[in-house]
Parts: sequence; C-alpha cells; structure tokens
Amino acid sequence: MQPVAAFKRWLFRLYGPEPSPIVLTQRRVYVLPTRPGLAYAAALGLMLIGAINYNLSLGYALTFLLAGLGLVTLLHTFRNLVRIEISPGRVEPVFAGDAAHFGLQLHNRRRPGRFAIRLNLAGGEAVTTDLAPEASTAVNLPLPAHRRGWLRPGRVTLETRYPLCLVRAWSYVEPDLRCLVYPRPEASPPPLPLTAAGESGTARSGRGSEDFAGLRTHQPADSPRHVAWKAVAREQPLLTKQFSGAGTVQVWLDWDALPPDLGIEARLSRLTRWLLDAHAQGLAYGLRLPGREIPLGQGERQLQDCLEALALYGD
Amino acid sequence: MGIKRDSPPLTRSQELWLLACAVLTLAPGVAHVPAWLLAAAAMALFWCAAIWWRRAALPPRWLLSFLVLAGTAGVFFTYRHFFGKDPGIALLILFLALKLLEMRRLRDGLAVVFLCYFLLLTHFLNEQGMDVAGLTLLALVVITAALSSLAHAGRHVVDHLRLSALMLAQAAPFMLVLFLLFPRVQGPLWGMPADAYSGMSGLSDSMTPGSISNLSLSGEIAFRARFEGEIPPKPQLYWRGPVLRLFDGRTWRSGIQQEKVSPGGTATESTVRYTVTLEPHNKPWLFALEMPLAPPSGAIVSREYQVLSKTPVRSRLRYDMQSHIGFVPGADEAETVLRRHLDLPGNNPRTRALAEQWRREAAQDEAVIRRMLDHFRMEQFFYTLTPPLLGENSIDQFLFETRRGFCEHYASAFVFAMRAAGIPARVVTGYQGGERNPVDGYLIVRQSDAHAWAEVWLEGKGWTRVDPTAAVAPNRIEAGLASAVPAGEPLPFLVRADLSWLKQLRFRWEAISNTWNQWVLGFDPQRQRELLSRLGMRQPDWKAMTAAMAVLCGLLLLGLTAWALHRRARIDPVQRAWNRLSRRLARIGLARQAWEGPADYTQRVAQARPELSPALAAIAGLYIDLRYGKLAGKEARRKLRGMIADLKIPPSQ
Repeated sequence: MQPVAAFKRWLFRLYGPEPSPIVLTQRRVYVLPTRPGLAYAAALGLMLIGAINYNLSLGYALTFLLAGLGLVTLLHTFRNLVRIEISPGRVEPVFAGDAAHFGLQLHNRRRPGRFAIRLNLAGGEAVTTDLAPEASTAVNLPLPAHRRGWLRPGRVTLETRYPLCLVRAWSYVEPDLRCLVYPRPEASPPPLPLTAAGESGTARSGRGSEDFAGLRTHQPADSPRHVAWKAVAREQPLLTKQFSGAGTVQVWLDWDALPPDLGIEARLSRLTRWLLDAHAQGLAYGLRLPGREIPLGQGERQLQDCLEALALYGD
Repeated sequence: MGIKRDSPPLTRSQELWLLACAVLTLAPGVAHVPAWLLAAAAMALFWCAAIWWRRAALPPRWLLSFLVLAGTAGVFFTYRHFFGKDPGIALLILFLALKLLEMRRLRDGLAVVFLCYFLLLTHFLNEQGMDVAGLTLLALVVITAALSSLAHAGRHVVDHLRLSALMLAQAAPFMLVLFLLFPRVQGPLWGMPADAYSGMSGLSDSMTPGSISNLSLSGEIAFRARFEGEIPPKPQLYWRGPVLRLFDGRTWRSGIQQEKVSPGGTATESTVRYTVTLEPHNKPWLFALEMPLAPPSGAIVSREYQVLSKTPVRSRLRYDMQSHIGFVPGADEAETVLRRHLDLPGNNPRTRALAEQWRREAAQDEAVIRRMLDHFRMEQFFYTLTPPLLGENSIDQFLFETRRGFCEHYASAFVFAMRAAGIPARVVTGYQGGERNPVDGYLIVRQSDAHAWAEVWLEGKGWTRVDPTAAVAPNRIEAGLASAVPAGEPLPFLVRADLSWLKQLRFRWEAISNTWNQWVLGFDPQRQRELLSRLGMRQPDWKAMTAAMAVLCGLLLLGLTAWALHRRARIDPVQRAWNRLSRRLARIGLARQAWEGPADYTQRVAQARPELSPALAAIAGLYIDLRYGKLAGKEARRKLRGMIADLKIPPSQ
C-alpha cells in the first residue's frame, strides 16, 4: 500500500496543511466521468451503431451533438469548481464522542455562481452548498471526534457533479484546521471530592467572590460582573474587582488522589466530569496533574484551561 | 472513500421534469406506434401525473413486474419476434413508460433521461424531415434541462432551460465537426430484419391494369434530378424503369436481367449529364433517361437498358448519370432474344385477330404500328385515371368494350397487338416528364408521373420507343398528367394545375427540403469525400479525417477551456483605480496589505513618505466617499482616476 499512498500524495499534491487562502487552481482540479457518465457514453456508442446501420443522418447528428454535450459538460463541471478559494474558519472544542465541526469559508471571486459543491472529510458526512456570484459562504464539516487531543481533519474533498451528473470534478485541500477534543466526561462518576478540600482548610487563600480585596487591571477572561464600572465612569482604564473567597467552596481535582487502579483515560474522563460539575456549581477549582498544576480559579477561562490540560495530557 | 452512497430520493420538481421529458420524447413518434402500446403509454403517463399531483405512493414492485411481463408479451404477439427496429422501439417505449412509475431515486431519474435520449434517435428511423428535427431539438433542450435538475434540484426552471440551451449551443460546433469529418461508413453493418423498409412506394416489377393509375394518385416525390446545362424538353424525358417482357394475359412481368456486356455507346454532343437523388423504394432499379450510357458505381446496366443497383435502394440515393437521348439500341439483337419478345398467351382472341388482319394488309412493320396508333387516335378512346375493372380477356375488353384506360392499358394492348402481328415488342415502365422547381432548378419527378410505354424492335433500327398514350392524350406527354385527364378526376391535390399560389409555396418548401435532403440527410461517404476535397483536403481517407477531426475538436475544447477559465469577476472602476494606486506604491516598497483599509494604508504610506501625504489624503478621502459613502457618478470617478494618475511618486532614496 505504501507506494500507492505515495503515488496518491504525489498525484494530488498532498503535503500537509496549506497556508490560507487555498485557491483551487486548474492544476489541482481533477475531472473524470462518473458511473452515469460511462453509461451515457455507452448509450452514445449504441446510438452511433444504430445511426450507421440504418444510415440515419440525423441519427449521426443527434449522437454527435450529445457527444459534444459530454465534452461541454466536462468543462462546465470543471468550471464549477475551479478558482474557488478556501480559508479555514472557526472550530469549537468538543468532547470526545461528539461530532467536531470544522468551519470553512468558501469564496467565489467570479461572476458565474457555483452550484452543488459537495464537501466532505474522510469519515465524516458530506455537506452540499451553493456559492452565489462573487460571494462567500461558510460551511461546517462534521467529523466524529473519537479521541481526546488535537483532531486534525486531514484533507477535505471538494467535489461537484453539476451540471449534468455525467462528470465529477474534485479537488483535495488540506486547510490548517484542528479541533481540540476534550476527554469524554465520565457517565456516572463518584461525587465531587468536596470534603477533602473543606477539611484541609489550607485552600482558603484562593480568590473567591465574597469579600472585596482590591483592584487589578482587567483581563479579557474576567467576568463583566466584576468590572469596576464606577472606575470606568471616572474615565480610568478597565479594572477588575478582586475578592477574597472566604465563603467560596474550593476544590482541588487531583490526579494522584484518584484510586490507583484507574487507567489513564478513565482518570481523565472522571476529572473532566468533575471539572464540569465544579464549574456548573460555581465552585473555585484547581487541577493537579503529574507535572502540571493549574491554580484555583473560576470562570470560562479556568474551565477551558483545565479541559485543555486534560485533553493534551501526555502529548 | 469506502462509504457506500445510496442514491438520493428524487424531489417533486425533478419528477415533474422527468415526466415532461417523457411526454416530449414520445410525442413525435406517436404515429408509428401500435395503438395498444400508445394507449398503455398514455395511461402510464397519466397515472404518473396523477401520482405526482396527489402525492400518492408509487405502485408496488409486483404490479410493475407484471406490467413489464404483460407489455413484453404484447410486443411479442404484435411482431412475433423481438429483433428489428419496430419491436425494439416498442420495448423501449414500454420500459420508459413503466420506469416513470418506478421513479424513486436519482438513479431511476438518470435511467429515464438516458432512455429518452435513446428514444429520440428512434424517431429518425421513420422520418427525418425538418419538422422531426425541430421537435427533437426541443425535446433535447428539455431532457438536458431535466438532467441538470437531477444535479441540482433547487434551481429555477428558467435557469435549467437556459443552461441546457447554452450547453447544447456550445456542443453544436462539436456536432458540426464530427458530422463533417467522422469517417462515414455505408450501412448496414449487418443484415436488416425484413420490416426495416416497410411502407416505401414506387414502381414494381409487374404491371396489371390499374397498378400505375393507382400509383399516379400519389403526389409523393419519386426522385429529383439536377442537370448540367438545360433540362431537355418534356417529351424527351422518358425515365426508364423496369422493362416487362412476360405476359400471362393480365399481368406483365420482367424476365431475368443480365448485365450488358458491350458498352452502350460513347458520349457525344447529345449526351446529357445529370445527378439523380432517388427516394428509397426498396427495389433495386434506378431511373435514368433513355438511354443510359454507363452505370453509376455499384450498379449495372442490363441488356434491356435498365439500370440496376446491386442492393435495393433503402435510403435516399444519389447517383451521377449520363444518357444519350434518342439513341436506339439493339440493332444487332440476337434471333433467340427477339423470339422471346413474341411470346403470347392463348387468350384475347379478338385483339389477336385484329392484329393478324393488319399484318396481312401492311407490308412493313412501321405500317402496322401506324395502324394501331391511328386506331387509338380515331376511335373513341379515353384517357382516365379511373378506368373500369377488366376481367379475363383484359385486352379484348379494353380495346373493344370499355375503351377507357390509363397508360398501362394502352401500352399493354399495344405490345400485345404488335406481338400478335409478329413484331418483337415489350412494355417499359418508368416515369415520364417532371416539373422544374424554379427555386432551386431541380427537376422533380413524382409518383404521379409514373408511366408505361412500349418498345418495338424494327429491322435495321433496333428497339424503338412508341408511346401509345401520346396518340390518345398528347397533352400527357407535352404538359403532364394534370392537363391530360378530364376535369373532376381525383388527381393528387398538389399536382393540380389551378392552385398556382399553392404551387409557389410548395416549390419553395420542396426546395428547402431538397437542400435538407441533399446536405443533411444525404451526407453519405461519397458526399463527404466530395465536400472535403472541395475544401482542400488532398486525400480524404479515414486517417486524414480522423486527424482533422481530432485537431478541430481539440481546438474547440481549448477555446471552451479558455472561456471556462478566463471569465474574471468584473471589478468596479473605483476599485480598479484604487488597485492601480496600490500597485504604483508597491513599486517603492509600500504594497497594501490585505487587511489594510484605505485610511490605515495611506496613513502608513504618509509616515514613510511625508511628501506624498497631502495628495494621498485627498485621494483616500475621495475613494472612501466613492466606495463607502453616497458619492457616485462618472465625474467623481474620473476625478479619482485623474488624481491617481497625476500622483508623482519619486523613487525612494
């Protein structure tokens, strides 16, 4: 299989992620007849034999017109795909087991519209879209995410059979896309290990949201509820109010505190579930992994940092 | 990809498209389909339309299977076999009609479209007129639009039709190249089933009283002739067809034909050259003016000076002929041959007696002939298209009782009498006269010009033509059938002399359809070679044709590829002017970045080259107003262009 794969890579110029925008130049759009196209050709052959046998001049004319139509549709199909520009779009992280959606922007810089462009990822479902003249459109290509970590979709196949189904034009592109896949949250985990954190009493130094403790410069991840709006009214830069979290329940999610017989993925899966639960309950939480510690915190940013650490564990 | 894609289901608009193309495909062939099949197909179409309208379910598979079996059995009982064109067409129609009741998925839709394309071809087996060609083209546009709707269901009807017309128009040059250059092969490729050529009319190789007058009721064209030079006068236009020698008292038949060994003569000044375009009549004889000099290729001239093709004429045939008008052949005919031209059956005693009496009274053969013609001229004989029926002794009855007849009656009676008088004689059938189409100069010979005359062998002269009809109705020979028969006879509508405006119209139409016949339908291997050598191809064999075809198709493809690739989006003039500025600034190393708007860009340039700052600020301001503001109009655009052109950009130090 190795030489075949190598030949395919050479033929279709597949050399890893490409810088954007990717333009489908004529050298990378391939055209071949489809199965109905072959049937059409066979029908034309029969018609030609009929025309010869019965000396039908108009039979020749019809057959030749249809043969010309076959050639013309080759170019129309080609034209329907060529010179489309592709740039990578948004990709939201997902949990393993869900479908990742890879956003792509398609741009048509030409006057004729593009119709029935079908995009798909190997292993994913196809998406069909049209492109208005001189317009752009966004598509989301779904792909099931089975494993945590970075999911690279590989090459995207763009193909079209428009306008007559007789010819397929296609091209492979590899836009620089990746999706962060978090571990799959455990379905029925033990409850959050709250008691341990509460009893230790050492975890009270973190920042909570109970008592006002001062101001610091605003960071994009800070909740808007904590912005010192009064200071803004005095035309000072954005500041974030800080609180000492005396009343906040804090929880440390510790890799090493998990039962020793639990496997790596099971541990990650449980930690993911706990993270989500802690976030949902508005707790302050931190994460301890072998070789990495994320301090106590709250909010979307904290959740994303922790989930990312879990997703990329061991990378 | 490893994923098996199932064919997607058809949408309602796609179903409607397919129904429309089935209707348009079947419509032109209606006249040639057996009635039961026509009814069945119509019912299937209505059924399909009703299902579509009421969004009902398609009939179950078992019912369709049953219908297929029943229809196939019906075809078999109609034709008794499955081979050949008629049962083939019938089966295709059946499958198309039933496939409409099974349209579920895209695959079925494609099958319907391909069936329609194929069925279009079968119409040409029956008819290849311009009307059929026009209807086919119309159907072709709709079928192709239906195919494009299968590729994209969501577009508007008009878009599909426009695209289909555009693609067919782009395909037309390919058709032209292939039509002209595809190396033609003269069919058939294999033996034809017997039914291939039913329904062709023309002269047969036998003649009974009434056979030619029946043929004369048809205004159909038998053949056309184009002369080099003047058309000879009408009384000389005897188009020789089957020569009939054997007589059984009622029917004349031709004997066995043998190829003439010696040449018929050499070309002289009185030789006429002409090209005949013969309509198919499924018989081997070709028609030529008396007397043919040499056969065209693929044909022979028989000893009786009949031109015979080696195969029956089953498609329109064009051949070049040379004839020697007034040439009298056969002066040295062998005794045995002459004796065969004296055979008579034992009936018709009164005619025999009359002829023997003339023989006794006249010394020479010529005198007997004159006697007979005078008899026709003097006595009360009538020339009519509707002669009374004749019984056993048909010639006696005609000569002595009814005295009403058409050319075959006169020719038959004349030859009989001559033989009875001991003069070798035979009946010649063919066509006499013709009508010149003033529009294109072709001489048109119709079935209504069918004629029969006689030939007698005279010592020292040979086979001499005698036309007894000329004695009875001289107008028939001078002016044609219409002026020779009495008013009120059932002449073909278009042969009648009185409707002159209609005649003009008909001439025009026939000239157009003759051009069509000659250049489109009659484009055969021979005409292809002629045309290509006239276009300058030195040796138009299949190799040269294929090469030329490949080159021309390649050029066309290149042209289309250029069209497909180089239709850039139109850039508006404001943007073009701005791009021009960016290009000029790029030359001094200040190219506009993709993300830079006009204000940011000019600011950056102004920082780098402060001396450009005021001019650039003005340009950017105008550009922003034109592009994003309300400012518009030619004047402002021209100003922007002028400012950009006038901007002096000194090279950077």
